[in-house]
Amino acid sequence: MRARTGALATLASAFALTACATTGTAGETASTSDAKSGKTFAATKAGEPVFASTYKPYPGVPTVLTGATVYDGKGGKIENGVVFMRDGKITAVGGPETPIPADVTVIDGTGKFVTPGIIDIHSHLGDYPSPGVEAHSDGNEATSPTTPEVWAEHSVWPQDPGFTRAMANGGITALQILPGSANLMGGRSVTLKNVPSRTVQGMKFPGAPYSMKMACGENPKRVYGGRGRMPSTRMGNFAVNRETWLSAIDYANDPKAKRDLGKETLAGVLKGEILIQNHCYRADEMALVLDMAKEMGYKVAAFHHAVEAYKIGDLLRENGVCSAIWADWYGFKMESYDGIMENAAFLQREGACVVIHSDDANDIQRLNQEAAKAQAAGLRLGIDISDATVIQWITLNPAKAMGIDKLTGSLETGKMADVVLWNGDPLSVYSRPEKVWIDGALMFDAMNPKTRPVSDFELGQPGEGDVK
Amino acid sequence: MKRLLLIAASAAAITATPAMAQDMVVTNARLVLGDGSAPIDGGTVIIDDGKVVFAGKPTPGQTFSTDIVIDAGGAWVTPGLFATVTTLGLADVTAVEETNDITARGTPFSAALDASKSINPTSQHILVHRAAGITRAATTTLPSGSIFAGQGAIIDLDADAQPVMQARAFQMIDLGEGGGRQAGGSRVAAHVLLRAALREAQALVGKTGIPETTEIGKDDDVYLSRFDAEALVPVVTGRQKLYVAVERAADIRAVLALKAEYPKLDLVLVGVSEGWLVANEIAAAGVPVIANGLNDLPETFEQLGATQSNAGRMAKAGVKVAINASSLQNPRRLQQVAGNLVALTRVPGAAGMEWGKAFAAISSVPAEISGMGGKAGVLKPGALGDVVLWDGDPLEAGSVPTKVFIGGVEQDLTNHQTRLRDRYRELDESARPEAYDW
Repeated sequence: MRARTGALATLASAFALTACATTGTAGETASTSDAKSGKTFAATKAGEPVFASTYKPYPGVPTVLTGATVYDGKGGKIENGVVFMRDGKITAVGGPETPIPADVTVIDGTGKFVTPGIIDIHSHLGDYPSPGVEAHSDGNEATSPTTPEVWAEHSVWPQDPGFTRAMANGGITALQILPGSANLMGGRSVTLKNVPSRTVQGMKFPGAPYSMKMACGENPKRVYGGRGRMPSTRMGNFAVNRETWLSAIDYANDPKAKRDLGKETLAGVLKGEILIQNHCYRADEMALVLDMAKEMGYKVAAFHHAVEAYKIGDLLRENGVCSAIWADWYGFKMESYDGIMENAAFLQREGACVVIHSDDANDIQRLNQEAAKAQAAGLRLGIDISDATVIQWITLNPAKAMGIDKLTGSLETGKMADVVLWNGDPLSVYSRPEKVWIDGALMFDAMNPKTRPVSDFELGQPGEGDVK
Repeated sequence: MKRLLLIAASAAAITATPAMAQDMVVTNARLVLGDGSAPIDGGTVIIDDGKVVFAGKPTPGQTFSTDIVIDAGGAWVTPGLFATVTTLGLADVTAVEETNDITARGTPFSAALDASKSINPTSQHILVHRAAGITRAATTTLPSGSIFAGQGAIIDLDADAQPVMQARAFQMIDLGEGGGRQAGGSRVAAHVLLRAALREAQALVGKTGIPETTEIGKDDDVYLSRFDAEALVPVVTGRQKLYVAVERAADIRAVLALKAEYPKLDLVLVGVSEGWLVANEIAAAGVPVIANGLNDLPETFEQLGATQSNAGRMAKAGVKVAINASSLQNPRRLQQVAGNLVALTRVPGAAGMEWGKAFAAISSVPAEISGMGGKAGVLKPGALGDVVLWDGDPLEAGSVPTKVFIGGVEQDLTNHQTRLRDRYRELDESARPEAYDW
C-alpha cells in the first residue's frame, strides 16, 4: 500500500468527524470496517450515508382547506375542493362532499386557490447567496473542466435570505441547488426542503436522490479555453466528457479500485442512482448529448435552460427527457439567441416534459408567473394548455426530474403535505401565497407577521422582518 | 411625427413625417390614459396627423372624419410603454463583445460618450420590445472605467431609420458601490472625482477649451479627460439631467446634498433600493426616482433594506416613481413588475400601487422624467400617437399587444422570435427540412 497524501489524510479525518456526528464514533467504524486489513485508520465506506439529512417535519396541526379551487399538480382541477393534512401527510383530496373529521382546524379557502408546494429544479440559493460578495461565491469550483467530486451541499449557506423570499413570495417548498455551469461536470446537486435551518443537513430533502450537473456549450470552452487548456471548443467539450466517462466505466467495473470521489459520483450515474441535470441551450447540442449518454450508458433527466428545446420536442419526448426552461430569457449570449416565448407550449404540444425553472434569486419568487407567461404564448397560437397542466410544470414535473415525485409534487393521499394556499389564481400576476405548509407545518402565513422567517444575516439590519 | 416635438433645438432630431401616418379612431376600448387614472370602458382615441386629439369617453353624437376606424371590441387600449433605463439599440448579444456597444473598457472617455451616435434601429431587441408595447425608451451606455456612464438618448422604437428623438438627454453617473469601484476603490474617491469634474465643468461654462486640469487619471486609467469635463457643462448649468445610480439610504442623502453645492443640478435617482428609508427627504427635494420595482434581497451591502414595498412607499410619500428597466432580465418585464405592484396592495403590511398608478409608473411617469411629459406615455390631446391594443389586461402576466401604433403609424410586429415561432409551429420535415419553411 502506498502512503496516503496529506490531503487525503485530511479528507479522511474530516469524514471521520462526520461519521462521529452521524453514525456513532469514528473508532467503531474504523475497527469494524478494517479489522481484516490491519489498517488503523479508515473513512466511512463508499456508499454509506454521509452528511445525512437531519430534517424532521416541524409540528403541524390537522388542517382542512375547504372551498378553494384546487390544482392537484398532476393535471387535475377540483372546484370547491377539500384538502386534508394530518401528521405531515396529505390524508384526503376531493370535492366538497369529502368527509371531514370534526376535531380539526378548518380554513375557508372560498375564492382562493390551492396548489402543491412549488418546486424549483434549478436554483443557486445558498451557494451563490445574498449578499453576493466574493467571499460568498461558492457555486462553482471552476478550477478544472470536470469536478464531479464536489458537492453543492458543502457550499450551501443556510442563512441566505433568498430562501425565505422564495417561500413567502413564490410558495417554494422544495428546490434543487446546483453547482454552476463553468465545468463540463460541475459536481453533485442537493435537493432541499425550503425550511429555515442552522445547517444544510437540516434542510436536506429526506429520500431525494443526488443529481450531477453537466454543462455543454459556451461556458466550459470559454472558461478553460480562456486559460489555454482543454476544452476550448465544442468538440473539446465532448472529447473531455467522453474520456472522463470511459475512465469512470473502468472504475465502476473494478471492484479493487481505490476510492475516488469524482468517479464515485460518475459510477453512481452509471448505476442509475444519481440523475443528470444538463445545462444545454442549443437543439443540435442536446441531440449530441443524448447520443453521448447512449454511448456511455447513462440517462439525462433534464436539459436546463434549453432555449432551443422547441426545435427538437419530438426527440426530447422520445428520449423521455424534461426541459427545464425560462419563459422569456433570450439574447444575452450567443447560444440563447433563438430563445422564444413559445418554447414551453411547443414542447407541451409534442408531448414532451416541461419544467419552468428560475436559475435566479428573483425569478424563483415568481415561478408561477413565469409559467403563466409561457402558457399565454401558447394560447395565442391556439395551443390551449389548461391551468392545471401549467401548475404541473412547477410541481410534479420538476419533482419527477429530481426523483422526488413519489414523495411530493402533487396533492395525493400519502404524499408529503407540501401545500400552498394562494389569495387568488396562482397564474395571475395579482396573486400571492397566503399560507405555505411544508410537511403539514405552517411555515409562512401572510396574515401573521411573526410567521415570516428572518435569517441570521438580517437581524438588526434595516427592514428586518419587513414584508420584503 | 417627431417634427411635432418642441425640444431645445440643440438636441432635437428633426425628421420628415413618414407617409404612412394615417388619421384614425379607436372605439369601444377599455381605455387607459396612462396618467394614473383608472381604465375607462367604452373609450375612444382619436389620432390626427400623428398626434392624439381626443382620448376618453366620447360625447354622444361626436363625429370625426378619419382614414381608419378600429373597433377594439372592448379590448384594452393604452399609450405605448416608456422604458427607462435601457440599453436598447446598443447591443445585439451582450456577451458577444464585438456586438456590444454598452461598455468600452479601453476608452479614455467617459462623460463625453454619446449613445445617440450608435443606436441601431434594426436591433432585434428594439423589434422584440416594440412587439411588447414599448414605444419609447431612454437608452444609455454604462460606466466602464469611470463613474460617468456617458450621455443617454431618448429613442422611439418605430421602424424608420431615425431612432433618436433626443440626443444627450441625460448624463448618468454611479455613486454607489459600483461607482466606488470605478473611481479606484471607494465611494469617498467617487465623491472627490465627481466634485473635481463638476468644478472643471463649471470653469468651462460659456467657453470651450482646455480645463484647468487636462486629465484626471491614475496609471493607465483615465477618470476624466478634458472632453469629459466639457461634456459636463450642460450638467452643471442644469440644461442636461443628471441621473445618479445609487441604492443605499446614506448614499441617496449624499446625492440629495449635492443640490446645496450645485443648485442647478437637475437630479434623477436610479436604482434607489433603500429609497423608502429616506422617502420624505427625496420628496422634499423634488427629485424623481427610477426605482427597482421588485428587488427584495440584500444582494449587496447597499441593498440591505431592499423590499418590494419600496416603490409603493416612496409614491405614498409623494415621490415621483418610475420603474427601472435596467434591473430586469429584459425591459419587456416592466408590465409584469407593474402588475406585481398592484398585487402588493392585497398583501398585509405591504405597500403597492393601485392599477392606474402602477401603469403610469411604466408610461407617463418615466416619460415625464425623460423630458417627454405630455408627449409620451399618455393619451391626451397633443401627445404623440403611440397607441397599443392588447390581448388582455396589459399588466397581467403573458398579455401582449395585438397592434402597436407609434406616432400614428401602425408597426410591423414581426422579428427574429416571431419568425422562429412560425417556422417551428409544427415539426414536419417529411417533405423538406425546416430551413425551407419561411
